[in-house]
Amino acid sequence: MTYIAKPKFHHPGLKKNELGYTHRDYEGKISTLCAGCGHDSITASIIEACYELSIEPHRVAKISGIGCSSKTPDYFLGNSHGFNSVHGRMPSVLTGANLANRDLIYLGVSGDGDSASIGFGQFAHSIRRGVNMTYIVENNGVYGLTKGQFSATADRGSKSKKGVTNTDNAIDLVAIALQLGATFVARSFSGDKTQLVPLIAAAIRHKGASFIDVISPCIAFNNHAGSTKSFDYVREHNDAVNRLDVLVGRDPIAVDYAPGTVQVVEQHDGSKIALRKIEADYDPHDRLGAQTFLARHAAKGQIVTGLLFVDPDAEDLHAHLNTVETPLNTLEADTLCPGSAVLDKINASLR
Amino acid sequence: MSDKKPISSVNDFVVRFANVNGSGSASANEMFARAILRHGVPVSPRNIFPSNIQGLPTWYEVRVTEAGHLGARGGVDMMVAMNPQTWDKDVAGIEPGGYLFYDSTKPMPSTKFRDDITVIGVPLTAITNSTYTDPRQRQLFKNIIYLGALSALLDMDPKLIEQLIGEQYKGKEKLLSSNVHALHLGRDWALQNLKCPLGLRIRKSDKVGDRIFIEGNSAAALGAVYGGATVCAWYPITPSSSVAEAFTAHCKKYRHDPETGKAKYAIVQGEDELASIGIVIGASWNGARAFTATSGPGISLMTEFIGLSYFAEIPAVIMNIQRAGPSTGMPTRTQQCDIIACAYASHGDTKHVLLFPEDPAEAFEFAAAAFDLAERLQTTIFLMLDLDIGMNHRLCRPLKWDDARQYDRGKVMTTEMLEEGRDFGRYLDVDGDGIPYRTYPGTHPTKGSYFTRGTSRDRYARYSEEGTVYADNMQRLVRKFETAQDLVPRPLQANAERPTKYGVIYFGSTSPAMDEAIGLLEARGHQLDRLRIRAFPFHSSVASFLAEHDFVYVVEQNRDSQLRQLIVNENGIDPVRLVPIVHYDGTPITARFIAKAIGDHQDQLKVTPLRKAVS
Repeated sequence: MTYIAKPKFHHPGLKKNELGYTHRDYEGKISTLCAGCGHDSITASIIEACYELSIEPHRVAKISGIGCSSKTPDYFLGNSHGFNSVHGRMPSVLTGANLANRDLIYLGVSGDGDSASIGFGQFAHSIRRGVNMTYIVENNGVYGLTKGQFSATADRGSKSKKGVTNTDNAIDLVAIALQLGATFVARSFSGDKTQLVPLIAAAIRHKGASFIDVISPCIAFNNHAGSTKSFDYVREHNDAVNRLDVLVGRDPIAVDYAPGTVQVVEQHDGSKIALRKIEADYDPHDRLGAQTFLARHAAKGQIVTGLLFVDPDAEDLHAHLNTVETPLNTLEADTLCPGSAVLDKINASLR
Repeated sequence: MSDKKPISSVNDFVVRFANVNGSGSASANEMFARAILRHGVPVSPRNIFPSNIQGLPTWYEVRVTEAGHLGARGGVDMMVAMNPQTWDKDVAGIEPGGYLFYDSTKPMPSTKFRDDITVIGVPLTAITNSTYTDPRQRQLFKNIIYLGALSALLDMDPKLIEQLIGEQYKGKEKLLSSNVHALHLGRDWALQNLKCPLGLRIRKSDKVGDRIFIEGNSAAALGAVYGGATVCAWYPITPSSSVAEAFTAHCKKYRHDPETGKAKYAIVQGEDELASIGIVIGASWNGARAFTATSGPGISLMTEFIGLSYFAEIPAVIMNIQRAGPSTGMPTRTQQCDIIACAYASHGDTKHVLLFPEDPAEAFEFAAAAFDLAERLQTTIFLMLDLDIGMNHRLCRPLKWDDARQYDRGKVMTTEMLEEGRDFGRYLDVDGDGIPYRTYPGTHPTKGSYFTRGTSRDRYARYSEEGTVYADNMQRLVRKFETAQDLVPRPLQANAERPTKYGVIYFGSTSPAMDEAIGLLEARGHQLDRLRIRAFPFHSSVASFLAEHDFVYVVEQNRDSQLRQLIVNENGIDPVRLVPIVHYDGTPITARFIAKAIGDHQDQLKVTPLRKAVS
């Protein structure tokens, strides 16, 4: 597939969003991943979410680490700057980029090897700093590019394609993100676009550290019997707590649903998330409750998906650092340099 | 008592204070050094401290030098021995004819002294305890009391010390008067009970001029403020932490919007050095001026990212405050030992720009220049300081800034340029200098975006594993490095009075010791031309200097003569003609050491000193 250059023309009647962009304006190069890869479904969901939100494609910065998942930013938002950085180091590069220009949208794309192993520390610290970003882990429980080694999110007892049983405990990045204070935490499944697209959209609109763990089966190395990250296993064990719609500058469509099953969450930027509750007693504003709920279901072998926690009034790193509204990368000598008169005073104080 | 005549010297001697870490002696000792400066007499102080917070021995050495020799001298003329733990070593270290100042509250056996030194006992603890009851006060004021006694012994003007105390405790009247009181307690006791002054004396002079007294780390941090750094990410490591701390302090003063109070900077203490350099690279990629400060172990951790900065061509400024390595080495001792590690940091073929400031004034200038260079060259710039410059107050020329100066943001293609239809290839060498244009993220809706990666790519940033495409890019990086030669600070040459076949190359904190050594060598009849290297890549004048001399000494503070290796490697010259002079025990290099090492080698070469030849 990948030797074919992607044609630029498209159907003249293609639907346009509020800014006049078509779906195609949010696409990137043709994927070089395996046909059927879960990651490509996530790419499609990112494209869909950005289209739906009417984001200017070039105002997004896509940053990734190393691995199959980290290659995907090349396959969406072709008019955005992308940065395929160093293995496990996406969070620090994204943090720096965000500090330089607070006006862009930051999309961090990572994998389970990238975030749960080599980059576990950077994942943790970017979350606890509250960097305003959407951090997506495309989680397949396996090292695909190096052909099938277990990753740190592989469940204990799960089997590799070669028949080896994993004896190490799994890291649940969602549980960790909750503990570290992420202000938007969700889990989804690459095969469930109706759940994933609005989750990504809501995460992008969230001001603070948004984390989405997307179970994304590896068609080549982790889609067999005995794997707990295969399409079949995830479909059987998926327990969604809610489904949502993101409402930006449109009339609430919450009225479509029966009263009592819809919860509307207004985010910092005025956008609204309409949560169609599946678990009636699930409260997405209760961090402790979410942690308990998650642990209880994990013990039963269930994979909880949906919006697990959101703090709509979250503050981000820029708020913590009290930085100016103007992006730092636009400041020049006239505002940054204290000048020679101040330097003379400094000299005088050093004698 | 003495069988050696007491040393007699005005404005030229070394006083060393032996203290216990955490006893509050540092501020009293620093005040001693500043007080001498106020007499118009240059001093060069040095902290010699352990990797510890409280309890271990620490020394503060003040070289009083009317002649302005700011390098370490070696030897101690007067020891202020306040630490029983190091007593024997401290007493043994005094020059014959020197002086020992100690707390005589408890009697010491005569075996604990030496016959060839003058012993001065002041009952510091007794004076302190009879005046103060609070244990904390007793400890702190004891330091001021010995400062008072020393002022009498060394014939210092107490008014000048009072003035300093007044400046330090401005607005804190109670502290001010109690410090002045303590000062006079010690001073009066000495005047009444001891023969004052000693053979060592301070006499007012006018040799300080308009020079300032500042630590290199603080100056470098100020250079970052003036140079427009807006993002600083760092991880604590001795001896570099005070760079970030000083940057924070300077920014709090000079970088807040007067109306909104908001910060025109962002400082993040990273979780490690990997995150710190990652943040710097992310911020620089996005068009902000960013830096980190670290030391050897941090450099080792950062090397993967440094390679990315080189290959993906992202600006970064790294201040490396060098300490003795390898591994954890001696964290609180000085060396110039990361030259090779930084020049060729990371796997694959890489080369990086290094700047070598000699003192705080150059640390300020080079730090500011580093941001221009990083953005112009789109690569990592290392500011190579060391503990000796970074963590000691050094007398240097005042810091200067030209208000007309604008930042050189390098080759950045703007929205307008893209609209004009300019051809944008992220790795396209349009000007023949090896430096391509870049765009900031978010510049244009349809033009100028590209995918940054550490993998090979073509001139238009498209992934490629074609050998020719890869080699083309690597060759352009070589061209870019050649361009850097003419952008970095040039070497400074100083020729001997008479033409000579011998030269010496040195850099960084070796500078003051080298300047002094030249005088010592000249006094012995050895003439040497000097070249102080201030940056890598080496300017062509380095090769010329090598060609003009039969033998060139390369003086540096590491075991393996790393700068010499770099010169040999980069200039392809016969190593035999480059004589290594290395000092690497963790103490700062001295003029005495250099003069002896070079003098001995000159003797081996059977060079007849000019003076003898003439006579």
